[in-house]
Amino acid sequence: MHAHLILKDGTIFRGRAPLGFGGGGEAVFTTAMAGYQEVLTDPSFAGQMVCMTFPEQGIYGIHADLNEGTRPWATGLLCRRLTFAPDHARSEGDLAGWLKRHHIPVMSDLDTRALTQHLRDQGSQPSLIWTELDGSLDAGVAKARALPDMTGQALCAEVSCKDRYELNPGGAFRVAVLDGGIKLSILRQLEAVGLHLEVFPWDAPATELAAKRFHGLFLSNGPGDPAALPGMQKEVEACIGKLPIFGICLGHQLLGQAFGGRTFKLKFGHRGANQPVHDLMTGRIEITAQNHGFAVDEASLPKEIEVTHKHLSDGTVEGLRHTKLPIFSLQHHPEASPGPHDAHPAFQRFVDLLQEVHHA
Amino acid sequence: MPKRTDLKSVLVLGSGPIQIGQACEFDYSGTQALKALREEGIRTILLNSNPASIMTDPGRADATYIEPLTLAVLEKVIEAEQPDAILPTVGGQTALNLAMEAHESGLLERTGVMLIGAQPEAINRGEDRQLFKALMDDLGLETCRGGFAHNMGEARDLLKLTGFPAIIRPSFTLGGSGGGIAYNVDEFETIVARGLDLSPTKQVLIEESILGWKEFELEVVRDLDDNVEVICSIENLDPMGIHTGDSITVAPALTLTDPEYQRMRDAALAVIRAVGVETGGSNIQFALEPETSRIIVIEMNPRVSRSSALASKATGFPIAWVATKLALGYRLWELPNAITRMTKAAFEPVLDYVVVKIPRFTFEKFPQAEKVLGTQMKSVGEVMSLGRSFQEALQKAVRSLEEGHKGISGALEGKLDLGRLKEHLLIPGPQRIFWVYHALKAGHSVEELHRLTKITPWFLREIEEIVVLEGRLRSFPVDRLPEELLEKAKRAGFADDQIAVFCSGTEAEVAARREALGLRPAYKRVDTCAGEFQAETPYLYGTWEDHSEAEPTDRPKAIVLGSGPNRIGQGVEFDCCCVQAVEAIRASGVEAILINCNPETVSTDFDTSDRLYFEPLTYEHVKAVVDREAAGGKLLGVFAQFGGQTPLKLASPLHAAGVKLLGTPLHAILDAEDRERFGQALRRLDIPAPAWGMATSYEQAKDIAQRLNYPVMVRPSFVLGGRAMAVVFDDAGLEKYMREAVAVSNDQPILLDRFLDGAQELDIDVVCDGEQVVIAGLLAHIEEAGIHSGDSYAVIPALGVPEDILETVRGYARKLALDLGVRGLMNLQFAVKDGIAYCLEANPRASRTVPFVSKATGMDWAGVAARIGLGQSLKQQGVTDGVARAVSVKGVVFPFAKFPGVDPVLGPEMKSTGEVMGIGEGFGEAYAKALLAAGIPLPLSGTVFLTVNDRDKARLPELAQKLVALGFGLCATEGTARTLETAGLKVRKIFKVNEGRPNAVDLLKNGEVQWVINTPLGRDAFFDESAIRREALRLKIPCLTNLSAALAACEAVETLRGEMKVRAIQTLI
Repeated sequence: MHAHLILKDGTIFRGRAPLGFGGGGEAVFTTAMAGYQEVLTDPSFAGQMVCMTFPEQGIYGIHADLNEGTRPWATGLLCRRLTFAPDHARSEGDLAGWLKRHHIPVMSDLDTRALTQHLRDQGSQPSLIWTELDGSLDAGVAKARALPDMTGQALCAEVSCKDRYELNPGGAFRVAVLDGGIKLSILRQLEAVGLHLEVFPWDAPATELAAKRFHGLFLSNGPGDPAALPGMQKEVEACIGKLPIFGICLGHQLLGQAFGGRTFKLKFGHRGANQPVHDLMTGRIEITAQNHGFAVDEASLPKEIEVTHKHLSDGTVEGLRHTKLPIFSLQHHPEASPGPHDAHPAFQRFVDLLQEVHHA
Repeated sequence: MPKRTDLKSVLVLGSGPIQIGQACEFDYSGTQALKALREEGIRTILLNSNPASIMTDPGRADATYIEPLTLAVLEKVIEAEQPDAILPTVGGQTALNLAMEAHESGLLERTGVMLIGAQPEAINRGEDRQLFKALMDDLGLETCRGGFAHNMGEARDLLKLTGFPAIIRPSFTLGGSGGGIAYNVDEFETIVARGLDLSPTKQVLIEESILGWKEFELEVVRDLDDNVEVICSIENLDPMGIHTGDSITVAPALTLTDPEYQRMRDAALAVIRAVGVETGGSNIQFALEPETSRIIVIEMNPRVSRSSALASKATGFPIAWVATKLALGYRLWELPNAITRMTKAAFEPVLDYVVVKIPRFTFEKFPQAEKVLGTQMKSVGEVMSLGRSFQEALQKAVRSLEEGHKGISGALEGKLDLGRLKEHLLIPGPQRIFWVYHALKAGHSVEELHRLTKITPWFLREIEEIVVLEGRLRSFPVDRLPEELLEKAKRAGFADDQIAVFCSGTEAEVAARREALGLRPAYKRVDTCAGEFQAETPYLYGTWEDHSEAEPTDRPKAIVLGSGPNRIGQGVEFDCCCVQAVEAIRASGVEAILINCNPETVSTDFDTSDRLYFEPLTYEHVKAVVDREAAGGKLLGVFAQFGGQTPLKLASPLHAAGVKLLGTPLHAILDAEDRERFGQALRRLDIPAPAWGMATSYEQAKDIAQRLNYPVMVRPSFVLGGRAMAVVFDDAGLEKYMREAVAVSNDQPILLDRFLDGAQELDIDVVCDGEQVVIAGLLAHIEEAGIHSGDSYAVIPALGVPEDILETVRGYARKLALDLGVRGLMNLQFAVKDGIAYCLEANPRASRTVPFVSKATGMDWAGVAARIGLGQSLKQQGVTDGVARAVSVKGVVFPFAKFPGVDPVLGPEMKSTGEVMGIGEGFGEAYAKALLAAGIPLPLSGTVFLTVNDRDKARLPELAQKLVALGFGLCATEGTARTLETAGLKVRKIFKVNEGRPNAVDLLKNGEVQWVINTPLGRDAFFDESAIRREALRLKIPCLTNLSAALAACEAVETLRGEMKVRAIQTLI
């Protein structure tokens, strides 16, 4: 079925809607060449339609062990080509069929490179997949113009767990995990370094998160605008100084705010599996997986907060450390998935920190 | 950490002549390395024997030694230049081996010169399979079951471990040379014996078969801070069992999940760290078992490789340049990403297109060779294409091969015997992809084809979709082609002329239909980052999308058409001409735009031209670029004279479409190319030419041959590199030729020329501006007529040819160039017999010899020609006849060692893959060096085995006396011995192969013969002679098949006995 992608700024791209229906969300792009399933199920993509810049998608199908969330959280897939008959010994189905089951719209035959360049230059923005059945193009443009921006959107409630649950009981340290939309591979990595996890919903209060039984607190990734989460921010702030903390992505941004810093929206974000991060402590480079549209403003941070990592391309903050308290955070995703494993040691760093604090 | 400051001068080792397994990718890497060094103010010294390369142009290094890549020469260069370091990682296996030799001989230690890029220990760990295997065990990475054997006994023991089929690879050979797959005991023993023999360390690796597994390569770079990144992943469409150089490959890896890919990446990082390649690029190969995802490490190259060149072109990331900077001590994060300029080289490139590489084979040159692909590389070149889908890239790549296919669909239609489908699918040959296509078309299922070929089903299904599209196209006439179908077909890579065949129309009609529907190609940039950052890179490819990024400028501009894939007859020398032309154009203040599809070359580096279009060299693709560039105005025109025959073929259709040709106009091209019209010009100018005729049947040919008198030279009209060319001596030979040639020539007429037996051949390159003609170079062949000029050794100045003849030839060349109206370069070939110079042929373009002549005379002749095309006369340029300041000999190398069973004998059909240059004060020195550089070290003493044909017997005593005077012993077979004894020479008589024992081959095997001089006797003695030549080739005993060459070699031996001097070409100019 013919379809158009209509951006809030009125720009229109033609293509097809092979599933026969449209939808909407903030149009963002990721340059990861493989890993569509991990991307689409990553809760941080909630509310976003993801443009995969690599043109061939769906080749190896859908796999039981590649989910990063309980379902696809992205609200649309924007791509150039889609393979309907996947090819892999362990594939359990095809990408399009899977998305259809979850009623996630797809747009294919799209000039994804032109779209990517537009988003790069004009910024990520709300958009619609508008099919032939949805009415006139003018109506679509009008509807797109009225879409709300991502800035100010709080989406954690949607993707977070509803109830507290436990993982890996018997682990060396007991860690509270604040789930703002946590990726399953982060949980797997935390388990792999031997931590006993208690996962709390996004709105858990500091009193629970910093309860006596916990040796440490982990703050997860999550979707939306960190500045729109004053509640979470307040609770995180209340935990500071009570126990060691490690935050990733949204967790890192919440810490940044809790320290008194500001976050701001990047024009088109960092999304991909090839992002170079400069580790200022070792002087070395890690190739990392990233998925964020907001960043912590370095200038807004108090002096007890040290910037430990920077993005090599634009110098934005990629890692923070409290100089007096056992707290650190990373903007990029050390669990990767999809992406390279260069930053994996970050999880062990958390364990080392717990060890230092509790066995000193 | 900034770069190290202790390096003031660096010696770069090149890779020598183009060979199978080591082609012009090392011209690309060496050229980038020199650039990277010079940018740092480092004095650069280059050692490379290959005159056809761009890197040996005098402006590329501070001191360029075009000398043999041997230890003795290296020592002299080090003595003369006192470099601080040697960079051995950008010149392929040749450079690496030479560096290791220098290390092992103590030369490096003695002279205090260090290696940068990779240390001997790391090179050893990466290259020595035994060490490498042990290292992988330590890392917990899997390798194949098996091990090393140093003799047949050990090999048989290993066979118990591996079972059949067993894979055998000799250690330290080029392109896996001498390896193979054994399915039974006989094959096993044959291949092991050959492998042990070819391996310089007498060692072979015997391993379990992982045939049919998926095959991948990762290109990795590392800096001194141990930052490691993967530049590109490559997936082989042809599964394990076919050398990766002979496989169709795609980039990036397409069929892996992210966890599978990341496991491979983790392994690659572990390998480069453990091997200890300090800085620069390495290539690591993996096999993956599809059912289990089990990953096995195959091997690693601790240097820049052919795949690095491919990866550089596929991603836009200049691996060789970066590797060189890293060797100087820079860290990856300190280096700019040359493409985006805003970001750094520390990142991993991402693609938003699919890249397909297809190898180019030349089995037609070696009919005796088995057309089967295995672990030993046999292709001579490759093409690459970019598309926004695998289908599009595949069809573009097939088209780029210049084998007459318009795409995969329609290729070899009706030419494959579908009854033999199964065998061709099961046993991979150079055309397997076309068999796959026709099998799918004939209704065979993807599952069945996967079972037979082990090609990953996804690729097969994509090809099946092309089959379906072809079927849909066939149901419409051109004028009713639906827009949707046409767009889909274009996006699947169908060309206009391909669609025209299916829709019973013409290419022009399809183009018109397309235009009417508003379907035009768009150009996308290759930017390393999939559009994430703004990039101004001038590196573009065409595809079918809505938004184009090629914004034409309003500056004056000219387009240079490249030479496409390397093949025998058209290789790196044409790329060298293109690059010289591009640089001259840019220096003249005109934008140079280049179109080419060969990923190995310097011309396809993104910063060689102002804009690079990586596109097939077909009318449709070229015309689309012309239209796009003309849209900005001031497109001066197109140069078709630098890329060999490839662009010349496009001259007519481009001219017909109103595109202006820069340089030589079309009528002059046709006057020179068309036999009839050229004959008229020669008659008009009173220039002698051998009598000739044209025939389409044996009867006709026989009449002509009788009129001309045997021997005659026969060939199909319009061929390149002497394809299917032969000298026939009688009616029987002619009949046989006519029977076989008709298949080759597609019913085109056959040309018959009177063959000037024993004539001296001359090659002359001239430049003409319409007013004046300048002689670039005049070369004398060392072998007499009958051997293709591309296979002949040649010397400049034309020593041994009387000056009056040379002056006559120069005069003829001047007259012809002016008369035909040449604007730019032209090459002419003459044969001199009985004091008369006959003109054999004209090529109205830059010829194969232009780069060699450029080096010998110190002038960029292709640049001169380009400036003429832009309107600058020779006078304005101040150019006069080229002067050779020393004696330079062009030598050649042959791929016979790669084709067991092929008789290593020369003839009018070109067979060499590359050339070398020897420079000396006199002929002997230059010739000796050329032979040495070509891998023929002449013996200084010992016994010479002589067998010559009757025609050569007259000159035999002269040769024999020279040999005796040099102290050689002689042995010969009956007939030759008699001639020698008659002349009063002492000779040991030996048996021919079928006459008794010990025979000639026995003597060779026993090491009693150090030199073979054998001029072919003709068909009767064929068996005997080819056995001798093959044995000599195997044992690396020099074998000359030409008496003139042998006479020249005597002079060379004298020189070799004395002190050899080396000189930088900059000191000669």
